[in-house]
Amino acid sequence: MHPLNKNRPLRRIVLASAVTASGLVMLLALKPHTAPEVASAPQVVSTPAPSGSASGKAVAGTKTVNGDTVQTRWGPVQVKITVQNGKITDVTAIQSPSDNPRDQEINSYALPQLKSEALAAQSASIDTVSGATYTSDGYRQSLQSALDSAGL
Amino acid sequence: MADTVTDPAEAPAALRHAEEVMGTVFSFDIRGGEPEAVRTALDHAVAQLHRVNEVFSTYRDDSQVSRLARGELTLAECDAEVAMVLELGAEAEQVSAGWFSTTYEGRLDPTGIVKGWAAERAAELIAAADGVSGVSVNGGGDVQMFGTPGAHRPWRVGVSDPLRPGGLAAVISAAGADELAVATSGTAERGAHIVDPSTGKSAVTDLVAVTVVAPRLTWADCWATAAFAMGSREGLGWLESLPDVEALLITAGDEVRCTGGLAARLG
Repeated sequence: MHPLNKNRPLRRIVLASAVTASGLVMLLALKPHTAPEVASAPQVVSTPAPSGSASGKAVAGTKTVNGDTVQTRWGPVQVKITVQNGKITDVTAIQSPSDNPRDQEINSYALPQLKSEALAAQSASIDTVSGATYTSDGYRQSLQSALDSAGL
Repeated sequence: MADTVTDPAEAPAALRHAEEVMGTVFSFDIRGGEPEAVRTALDHAVAQLHRVNEVFSTYRDDSQVSRLARGELTLAECDAEVAMVLELGAEAEQVSAGWFSTTYEGRLDPTGIVKGWAAERAAELIAAADGVSGVSVNGGGDVQMFGTPGAHRPWRVGVSDPLRPGGLAAVISAAGADELAVATSGTAERGAHIVDPSTGKSAVTDLVAVTVVAPRLTWADCWATAAFAMGSREGLGWLESLPDVEALLITAGDEVRCTGGLAARLG
């Protein structure tokens, strides 16, 4: 038999949770129509755990991470990720294009989608991403960068 | 030992670091370990990466490898690592029947093996630090992992979908393996010159990405590069023949093919 016959071509492996990670990254990774601005270092703000247990471990706190500002074809987008007990609990845009009605229309569906997809990426619970080698600039717009800044 | 009942904070402490070097970014994720020992190991690993870049870069005229290629240095005059990497490269060239090579256009160019080897060595160095329970080093998209990220959880690696930017084609789990590497070669690859050894010209491939899963990144990276150049038919057959190697190949026609044992690694 031909050696290839034992290698069944798989249908595309669809991982519901993984595929939905794309939304988050697409917002982060859309080809900019202008050169991407140099991203600022992620800013991490920690707040103490709301009352809760007396253990007082740092991990139990709520952490918000401001992602890098990314140029999308719609304009600059920056997201804030809220992490509680090591889980993403919320994603909000702290900067998004809103200059005209079209921007506002896009925001009305793109931003809620970003949130649900980031939460889904969380449920795929991947630690890291393998892909064709990225450049330093490419890294800033990658899911790996988002994973690194979220520090999960 | 103030053990309380299943505290989520029982997971080992994590130290994250991203370092820009070799034209890309290396991401470190270290779990557990004695904090000072971990910090020292990380600093050492990062310094080593910069040193590797200085010695091996083909973009720098004054690197040892550039000077070796021009005949200004002998191999014996270079750092010991140069001979070591060239030997690994020669082995990869032999195993892949020339599809992987450290020579490009008649000139010495070990770029294709250096990054994977360097990331593997960095992960190894950190894994040896006191009390470290898990480490993952991602060198620009190629990952070496040791141990586990938590007591009841394996490392999990998303594989980028080359045809759906931002999407994942698969998730690889390191469950049951104390060491695992995942390397991907693709059309977006930089730094690796892919040549058909039979023609000496740029390889014509029907693939857009090859992801190789193997215990060590040096080899996973070389095999991904070689199989990508071979194309889906020859590449898959060849990868099947290698021990301890599993792979996922994606063609330009959006067909996914994989080695027989890959399913056991899909998370």
